[in-house]
Amino acid sequence: MIVTTTKGEMDDSLLEKREGSVDNDNENTTWVEYWLAGDVVHRSAHVRLKKSIVSQTEIGNF
Amino acid sequence: MANTQAMCTSFKAEILNGIHALGTTVIRAGTGADTVKAALYLASATVNAATTAYSATGEVSGTGYTAGGITATNATAPTSSGTTAYWTPSASFTYTTVTLTTSFDCVLVYNSTQSNKAISAHTFGAQTITAGTFVLSMPTNDSTNALTRIA
Repeated sequence: MIVTTTKGEMDDSLLEKREGSVDNDNENTTWVEYWLAGDVVHRSAHVRLKKSIVSQTEIGNF
Repeated sequence: MANTQAMCTSFKAEILNGIHALGTTVIRAGTGADTVKAALYLASATVNAATTAYSATGEVSGTGYTAGGITATNATAPTSSGTTAYWTPSASFTYTTVTLTTSFDCVLVYNSTQSNKAISAHTFGAQTITAGTFVLSMPTNDSTNALTRIA
């Protein structure tokens, strides 16, 4: 697979792939990194938000 | 039957749809939906409930990222279910082939048609992107999960 990197387009067979994820009350996030000679040359992330923003409305009394 | 004190649910959805203008100045001109944008902010920035409008202060910068962020896809009008009005952009926020080396942890959703007025701020774990793509997926557009809800 061809990966866009800071060195240009590279075949992933030439790179070290690292992946990770975070899952908590706020989000589910996955990320992928490609390393070359000790440097990160590609990093992408996908954040899936779990919490929405809720505004509560109230009405006043006479 | 009995009367019940309540905020009318139709009003909540109509707020999101721009139907009511209770102030003295109506500044809306167009009849189409406003353009909504999403800008990313550094973890060191201060974006919160007090934010009134988009600002470049504290916004990320880097290769492939345009100041002001991306335009949200807005194909689904606000609606309501039960007593909750809600709205969610109809596609993920996707920042394609960007390099953002300083960590960021917030997206500000704002109305670029209406003087860049702020809508909502959403935080997440700090990220950096290197020659890659950052995707912020939207929650399910319903009364329980929608991105913006008025309950």
